[in-house]
Amino acid sequence: MSPTEDVDAYVLRLRRQVRAAEVQLRDLRRQLVQAEKQADEARNLNKNHDRGLPFAQQSKRLAVLRNIGQEQGYEGHTNGTEDRSQYARSKRRWPLRKEEYKRYGRQLIMPEIALEGQLRLRSCSVLVVGVGGLGCPAALYLAGAGVSTVGLVDGDTVEESNLHRQILHSTEKIGMSKVDSAAEQLRSLNPLVNYVSHREHLTPQIALQMFDRYDLVLDCTDHPTSRYLISDTCVLLQKPLVSASALRTEGQLMVLNNPPRAAGDVTGGPCYRCVFPRPPPAESVTSCGEGGILGPVVGVMGVLQALEAIKIIVAGIPKPFDADRNIDISTVGREEASDASAPTQDPPSLLLFSAYTSPPFRSVRLRSRRKDCMACSASATITRASLTSGSLDYAQFCGVVNPVSVLEKDSRISANDYDAQQSMLEWFRQTRGSEVYGAMTDTIVDVREKVQFDLCHFDRAINVPWSEILADDEPLKRALEDLSARRQITVVCRLGNDSQLAVRKIRELRRRGGAIGSVETDDSLVMDIEGGLRAWTRDVDPEFPEY
Amino acid sequence: MPDTLDITVEFTGGLEMLFSNQRKHAISLPSREEDGNPATIAFLVRYLCQSVMKDRRKELFVLDDTVRPGILVLINDADWELEGEDKYEIQKRDNILFVSTLHGG
Ligand SMILES: [Zn+2]
Repeated sequence: MSPTEDVDAYVLRLRRQVRAAEVQLRDLRRQLVQAEKQADEARNLNKNHDRGLPFAQQSKRLAVLRNIGQEQGYEGHTNGTEDRSQYARSKRRWPLRKEEYKRYGRQLIMPEIALEGQLRLRSCSVLVVGVGGLGCPAALYLAGAGVSTVGLVDGDTVEESNLHRQILHSTEKIGMSKVDSAAEQLRSLNPLVNYVSHREHLTPQIALQMFDRYDLVLDCTDHPTSRYLISDTCVLLQKPLVSASALRTEGQLMVLNNPPRAAGDVTGGPCYRCVFPRPPPAESVTSCGEGGILGPVVGVMGVLQALEAIKIIVAGIPKPFDADRNIDISTVGREEASDASAPTQDPPSLLLFSAYTSPPFRSVRLRSRRKDCMACSASATITRASLTSGSLDYAQFCGVVNPVSVLEKDSRISANDYDAQQSMLEWFRQTRGSEVYGAMTDTIVDVREKVQFDLCHFDRAINVPWSEILADDEPLKRALEDLSARRQITVVCRLGNDSQLAVRKIRELRRRGGAIGSVETDDSLVMDIEGGLRAWTRDVDPEFPEY
Repeated sequence: MPDTLDITVEFTGGLEMLFSNQRKHAISLPSREEDGNPATIAFLVRYLCQSVMKDRRKELFVLDDTVRPGILVLINDADWELEGEDKYEIQKRDNILFVSTLHGG
């Protein structure tokens, strides 16, 4: 560095320091003026108070005032408190109703919510799609928090097996529409909120029209088809989406399309398709009915959905960009919270909850919008028209598991026929003795999972879970090893699907010989009970537990 | 370079059922593939299928030589798409999490 450059740098530094000092000085002067003004006001206020009259004299003053007032025609305030409101009323309008201050007081006094947050909640409409294990707690907390409107979508009716987790429904509501049941309960919790009932399953044809009037959507459904449909609709209408799911002891939560920018805008949050561009194979999708679900697990996820929704609403949801009018209009509840003042967005993440893992919560970072996303990229192919016309087949996209039908009709035995067969065997046992019976009786293989087998099973049944059969031949070989050659094998499961596959597997093992040894190949000896234990309860023994 | 990389592999969302019902696996992964290239996620997936997974239902984990749709791969808690997907070269002490999406509600 040359000497002149050195000096130049020094001059520059000094200039900067002078400028900074000047700014500071100006600021100090301004503060001084303000402080002096405040001091003056305070002195005047005190003086006024000093001049205050003793109480007796004050009431005399009021009497004089009243006389003057009455002479002038003032009629109020003569008998007690009745008319005092005239003054209060004229004074100002409060932004919330009296009962709202009371009801929401505990959240209003939190700086995270405050009056402004409550006003935003009060002007926000939320759509809850699916009124089950997730939707019930989510809707409860949103209604409790005082959103403007809660829309409820579900085409199902309340069933007994819903009640352990779907906390808006109750025993006397069995058979009632879930939406009606939920709305009734929510109304009794908070009558200040509007409730809109959509007693139908979501379809592509109605989704756009239905979602349009809401500001935020909660995906509380239970199948990939609805998850893709809800996400696509939210992208098209630029609504943020809070998506959750749960199974067994685990739950997952994502906030999608947040901020809810137009397709092609890379600053928008990723959509469901960005995270999962291809649906899972249909046979890998397990429902709560098949896999089970712990009430508090799905409850936790629903509560977290409500929490995320409240956070998004209070932060201010940008109104969708209106392409027709070509203007970007402010936010719900507050005007100035446009892009510039919007709080910095958390990067997209997936929250994992696992009840039996320590620690139970784990948050992982997700990708941003996918450049070739079918729904939210510049090259998106999903349009409003393709949705409303029904040309997008979500069921086909996600695939369907057809009911298993691998056995011919005569390879299966109906519950009634099996009952008749067993009754006859019982007659043999009683009349001809157990020796004959022993030779004629069948081996019952129950292929449900062990915990289901332990719930209820046929007396003589042996348990070889289908998952074990799938994993390895050994369990089945072990179980069937000591079979006498021409014994009937009856396979049973819950619904009559896995049992068909198991029959096929057993026949294959018998044909291969192997551990089963010299068993004569005779497929007709291996059969399954059509319709499984459900059919058994329905057609033969109503006392046999159904779960 | 050491012969193996000690890493943690975790399965969740039901995938653990395909891996002996065990969520967390300490794995010593060969640090190089057969062809001498550094071990990548793609290699790890193959390794898991061949050496760790006892369940025969491979199709519930892999499809077309990569993890099946509906499974997220997280490298040290970040979506693998942020890290180069299956070409990411595994480092020692990495945590690789496979999450199967849930759909119930
Ligand atoms: Zn997308």
